Amino acid sequence: MSIIDIDKWQEIFYALKKNKLRTFFTAFGVFWGIFMLIIMLGSGRGLSNGVSQGMGDMATNAMFMWTQQTTVPYKGFPRGRRYNFNNDDTQALIDNIPEIEYIAPRLQVFSAGENGNNVVRGERTAAFTIQGDYPDFNLIDPVNIHQGRFINDIDIKQKRKNVVIGTRVFEEMFEPDEDPIGEYIRIQGVYFRVVGVFSSKKNDQQAERENSQIFMPFTTMQQTYNFGNIVGWYSITAKEGYKVSQVLEKAIDIMRERHSISPADERAVGSFNLEEEFRKMTTLFTGIDGLIWIVGIGTLLAGVIGVSNIMLIVVKERTKEIGIQRALGAAPFSIKSQIVIESVFLTTIAGYVGLALGVGVLELINNILIQTNASTDMFNNPEVDFNKAISALVILVIAGAVAGLIPAQRAVQIKPIDALRDE
Amino acid sequence: MAQLLVIQFLITTKDNRIDMISLNNINKTYFTGSNSLHVLKGVDLNIEKGELVSIMGSSGSGKSTLLNIIGMLDNYDSGEFHLNGEFIQKMSEKKAAYYRNKFIGFVFQSFNLISFKNAMENVALPLYYQKVSRKKRNIKAMEYLEKMGLAEWAEHLPSELSGGQKQRLAIARALISEPKVILADEPTGALDSATSMEVMDLFHEINDMGITILIVTHERDIAAKTDRIVKLKDGIVDSIISNGERKKWLADQVMA
Repeated sequence: MSIIDIDKWQEIFYALKKNKLRTFFTAFGVFWGIFMLIIMLGSGRGLSNGVSQGMGDMATNAMFMWTQQTTVPYKGFPRGRRYNFNNDDTQALIDNIPEIEYIAPRLQVFSAGENGNNVVRGERTAAFTIQGDYPDFNLIDPVNIHQGRFINDIDIKQKRKNVVIGTRVFEEMFEPDEDPIGEYIRIQGVYFRVVGVFSSKKNDQQAERENSQIFMPFTTMQQTYNFGNIVGWYSITAKEGYKVSQVLEKAIDIMRERHSISPADERAVGSFNLEEEFRKMTTLFTGIDGLIWIVGIGTLLAGVIGVSNIMLIVVKERTKEIGIQRALGAAPFSIKSQIVIESVFLTTIAGYVGLALGVGVLELINNILIQTNASTDMFNNPEVDFNKAISALVILVIAGAVAGLIPAQRAVQIKPIDALRDE
Repeated sequence: MAQLLVIQFLITTKDNRIDMISLNNINKTYFTGSNSLHVLKGVDLNIEKGELVSIMGSSGSGKSTLLNIIGMLDNYDSGEFHLNGEFIQKMSEKKAAYYRNKFIGFVFQSFNLISFKNAMENVALPLYYQKVSRKKRNIKAMEYLEKMGLAEWAEHLPSELSGGQKQRLAIARALISEPKVILADEPTGALDSATSMEVMDLFHEINDMGITILIVTHERDIAAKTDRIVKLKDGIVDSIISNGERKKWLADQVMA
C-alpha cells in the first residue's frame, strides 16, 4: 500500500474538492491551532530571551553582599552604626567557607568633582564609573574582551596602574583608528595605562552602562584613592553542588561576628541571591511554557476534533462509494487507510501552513523589533526552535491519524450491502 | 448391497455434476431493533457451472438477500453454501473481499459506478484491489471497453454516459477480474426495453464464454431469456422452471 498511489490521491482530492468551503473551515481549525501554538511559543521564547539577555553571561549561582547601617544595638554599639568590609574579611570568607567558587571583592569610584568629569586624555574629558576588581570578577559577570586583556594576578600583586576600558570609554577618549593599548589616560589626577578594551554581553541600558566603565586592579584602587583596606562589596559564586543560600548564610554570619553585629540584625549586611531570583524566573518561564503548550494543544485538539467530525460526515456521504469498492473487492484495510491518509493529509497540510505562517509572523515581528530598535529587557528575538517545530509537525501527523481512526472504523463497520442500498 | 449401490450412484452423480453455487437449507433473519424478520427460511438451490439463471419473486420474497449471500456481501445464519466447491462460511471481511474480487462480478440496477473516476478507471477498479499496476490495468480496461463498444468513451465520467452505456460499463467492470460468477441485481431495472434486450444479449454472449450468471429480476421477459427461472416465495424456493418448460410457463402466464 504505497503512499504514491494515483487512485488514492484522486479520491482524496475529489473528496476534499467536493465541498471546498467545508474543507477550508476544517483545515482552518487545525491551521489556527498550530499557528497560535507557534506564535505563543515564539512569544514565550521572546520573553525569556529578553530577560536572560538582560543578564548577559552572569553566573546564575552568584550572590552579592554589601554593608548597610545596623538596626539593632549590640555589644554597647548603638543602632544606626556604619561599618566597612575589609581585606581581612575577604581572607576570613575564603578560609571559613570552602563552598566558595569565586570571590571578587569590589570597589567603585563614581565620577566626582564640579562638572563630574573624572577621566582626561589630552583635550578630551568625560565622566565614567571606575571599578576596582579582581580577575575573578570576569568569571562571575564576564565581558567580551575586544583588545588586550582583562586585569590579571600580577596587576593585583604589584598594584600596577593598568586599566581595561569599555567601548564607550574608547569612543570618547580615542580616535576610531587609534590603538589604545599602551596609551595613558588620567583618572582623577592619576595616569593609568590602557591594557584592554571590553564590551558588555548584556543589552540595552545595562550594556550602555557597562560599556562606560573602566576596570582597574582592586589593590591599585585601594592604594591610589585612599581606601586603605576597605572592600566595597563582594560578588561570590558557589561551587557546583552547593546552594548559594547556604554560602550566603555562612558569609553573613561571619560578617556579623567580625563586625560586632547582633545575630538578630537582619538588615546590617545587605545581600542579593541571584540564584534564588534566577530560579524564580526559570520557574516562571517553565510555567508560561507549560501554559502555552496546554492552551496550544487544546486549540489544536479542537481543530483535530473538527477534522475527525468532518471525516465522519465524509464517510457518511461516501457510504455508497465505500460499498461499491467493497463489493469490488477492496479489503477493509484499504478502505481504512484511505480515510486515515485523507485525514492525515488534511491535518498536515493545514498544520504545515499554520507552522510556516506562524514562523513567518515571528520573523516579521523580530525584523520590526530589530529595525525599530524596540527589543527590550522584556522582549527580544522571538523564535521557535527547529525541534519544537518538528515535534509540532509530528504531533500533527499523529493527531491526523487519530482523527481519522474513528471515521475509518465507522467506514468498515457499515456492511457492504447496507452501503450499497444507501441512497 | 443394494444400499451400497445407491450410495455409489449418488457419489458418482455428485462428481459428474459441478455445482458453481450450492445452497443447502440457507436461513437468514434480519433484526431491526426489537423486530426480527425471517427472510430466508431454508433455501435449497444448485446452480451449475455455465448456467444462466434468473431469480424471480415478489418484493419481500428474499431474492435480493439471497443474491447478497451468494455475493458474500452478507452472512447467512444457518445452512451450507458452497461456491465453486469451496465452503463459504462466516469469514473475515478481508477474506470476503478477496473472494468477491476473485470469484464474483457484480452488476447493479443503479450501476454503482464511481462518479469521479472515468470509464476506464471504473472498469479497472477491481484490478486495483488486486494490486495490478496502473498501466497494466488500464490496458486491460481498454480491452474490455472495446469489447463493450465503449472505447471512445474511455475518458468520460459516468455522468456523461447514457443508461445503457453505464450498464455496459458496469458489466465490463464485472468482467475484468475474470470472475466465475456474475451476479446481476435488477440489471435492466433502470433501462428501457430495447436497451434491456441489448444488455440481455450481452449476458448471453458472456454466458457463452462459460461464465455462470445469476440475474435477479421481476421482469418476466428478462427471466424468459435465461436457462432456468427460480421462483422465490416467502423465503423458500417455490418452483424452478427449466429451459424445456419455459415456453409453456410463458404461455400460462399470458393466458392467466
